[in-house]
Amino acid sequence: MKFTWFNLMPWPYLPDDFRKTNRSVWVDIDQRLFDPARSHEVYNTYMDLLEYAGTLGFDGIGVNEHHQNGYGIMPSPNLIAAGLARRTSDAAIVVLGNSIALYNPPVRVAEEFAMLDCISGGRLVAGFPVGTSMDTNYCYGQIPSLTREKYQEAHDLIIKAWTTRDPFAFNGRYNKLRHVNIWPRPIQQPHPPIHIPGGGSVETYDFCIDNTYSYSYLSFSGYIRAQALMNGYWKRVEERGAPDKSPYRAGFAQTICVAETDEEAERLYSEHVSYFYNRCLHVYPGFADAPGYRTIKTIQTGALSQYAPPVGGYTQLTWKDLVDGGHVIAGSPETVRQRIEEMIKGLHVGNIFCLMHVGNMPADKCMYSTRLFAEKVMPKLRDIFPEYAEDDRFWCKPLAKRVTAGSLPAAPARAPIPAE
Amino acid sequence: MELRTVQTHHVPVRYLAGGSGPALVYLHGAGGVTADDPLLAELAKTHTVYAPLVPGYGDSEEAPEIRDMLDFTLHAWDVVAALSLKDPLLVGHSMGGMIAAEMAAIAPNDVSRLALIAPAGLWDDDHPIADLFATLPYEMPQLLFHDPEAGAAMLTAGRNVTDPGFLQAYLVTNARQLGMAGRILFPIPERGLQQRLYRIKARTVIVWGDSDRLIPPVYAHGFKKGIAGSELVSIPEAGHMVVMEKPVLVAEAVGRLG
Repeated sequence: MKFTWFNLMPWPYLPDDFRKTNRSVWVDIDQRLFDPARSHEVYNTYMDLLEYAGTLGFDGIGVNEHHQNGYGIMPSPNLIAAGLARRTSDAAIVVLGNSIALYNPPVRVAEEFAMLDCISGGRLVAGFPVGTSMDTNYCYGQIPSLTREKYQEAHDLIIKAWTTRDPFAFNGRYNKLRHVNIWPRPIQQPHPPIHIPGGGSVETYDFCIDNTYSYSYLSFSGYIRAQALMNGYWKRVEERGAPDKSPYRAGFAQTICVAETDEEAERLYSEHVSYFYNRCLHVYPGFADAPGYRTIKTIQTGALSQYAPPVGGYTQLTWKDLVDGGHVIAGSPETVRQRIEEMIKGLHVGNIFCLMHVGNMPADKCMYSTRLFAEKVMPKLRDIFPEYAEDDRFWCKPLAKRVTAGSLPAAPARAPIPAE
Repeated sequence: MELRTVQTHHVPVRYLAGGSGPALVYLHGAGGVTADDPLLAELAKTHTVYAPLVPGYGDSEEAPEIRDMLDFTLHAWDVVAALSLKDPLLVGHSMGGMIAAEMAAIAPNDVSRLALIAPAGLWDDDHPIADLFATLPYEMPQLLFHDPEAGAAMLTAGRNVTDPGFLQAYLVTNARQLGMAGRILFPIPERGLQQRLYRIKARTVIVWGDSDRLIPPVYAHGFKKGIAGSELVSIPEAGHMVVMEKPVLVAEAVGRLG
């Protein structure tokens, strides 16, 4: 199993009446709610928490890209990842990922991911999302029905840039480049492992299966509701004639809160869970799904945007609803272990993206939950898929010998003697 | 009006045809057009009307290779050629007006009469056009009609909007139609027409509803200024869907071109 500690980086100071006074947490959120001076502490605390998780034995620490979004103050995950690459030594740096259709030219992603891979000593796991409609269409202005074509071209360009050792010309529809010749290039060969976040598009299933990429379902609605979608994916893996059904072909994001007891979990975390599900997911439905963003095939399979709120909205969901419904896995280490095992086996997923910082959770509670998970839950879940223990196709392969950041020699008192 | 098919280079194109008299080509807006459209019925009294559907609209085949403004414009010319029409009276509403204006700008000697009904295609920072693509179905009537209540009735036309089957069909239709429209209208319905308007030689009538809340009437002046000798007809008590709210007055205005 691969456990990645993930931080969406929500803005923790949305007001109590946020839903009443704002139509959306995303795209046209009131910019005045962001306080740059306060964000100084928020950013640094969030990065500290990611680094903390890196010391506790998580396989990876994860970041992602959102724009104009109250629950994600991370338009550039690569900036955060660069900081993490320096301040951590073992955990994979999981950037899940860069919305490659938005970079102009996408060679920029090939370069920045290469830099991250080099700085971290080969610890990069690279994610290529199409990006949500909110980010890609409404914030960044991409034409919905051309987004996938542009994404595909960006992908082809990045892979070619990573794997071609001589300068080449790239005559794409969206990118015309005479001299592609990236410098630097990644440590991992032929390129870092690729994870593709998806939301139920059949086309994305095939894309992952055909290229040996891991399919990540980044849902906030939990593992019970994810069952139908993941069944669809595994069915497709079979139909498409993939050589195996390795659980590492898939990843799943799950909100997780651990305490000593189930009661303590509710007492400690319910307000933060409520903050996330009530305020952070308050997306104006007009931004959820630009016409043309989803393919007809996908709409016909009934995969609607997860940002379209459930009938009646999330407000009516109590802690009990959220926990019973599986949106959130919370409780004592034993409760959490049982449910995560159920999730892992049920969905057949090897990569778990643990959403352990939730909403406006303060650092001390987050550390408490994280430590309990790392010490009392994670070790018991390591060997669920022994037959695939050797499958390293979907994870990073760091250099055996890595430098430690901040290891300059003592400042020289006189001119250094040149090495012979 | 009768739904027919004509073959073009890219795809078979579905078009509504009817009426008698001089040929008139009507290019529909982003919402599409149906056989019971009241304006088509009015125009058909005096003209032979051809109303081709943009690929992906109605039951017509999609054309993935039509991506940008030039593709849309040349495809529309392909349709005119496929229908064996020469210098038809060219009429366009909203998105269709944008395409018609582009057609007249790119081939000024082939269009002698042009009617633009609340056309898209220009942008004024002081009067931003509402984001049609972020507008929910229930918000549409308010944006599109002078009388939202009557407009809502026209839009739903007796369909059961709470039926899940209807909802999925609606999403598919929207994805096909507005997905295609988005190629020239998203995120801002402007693709450089302003700098090409001067090329238009056609006698031009510009028609605008006084209470257009989608493309405010101030845009009429941009078109009037850009197209030499053009005439503006303002229609009171009509919104962006002036074609549905005041079809007789619109047909009269178009009729001035002969």
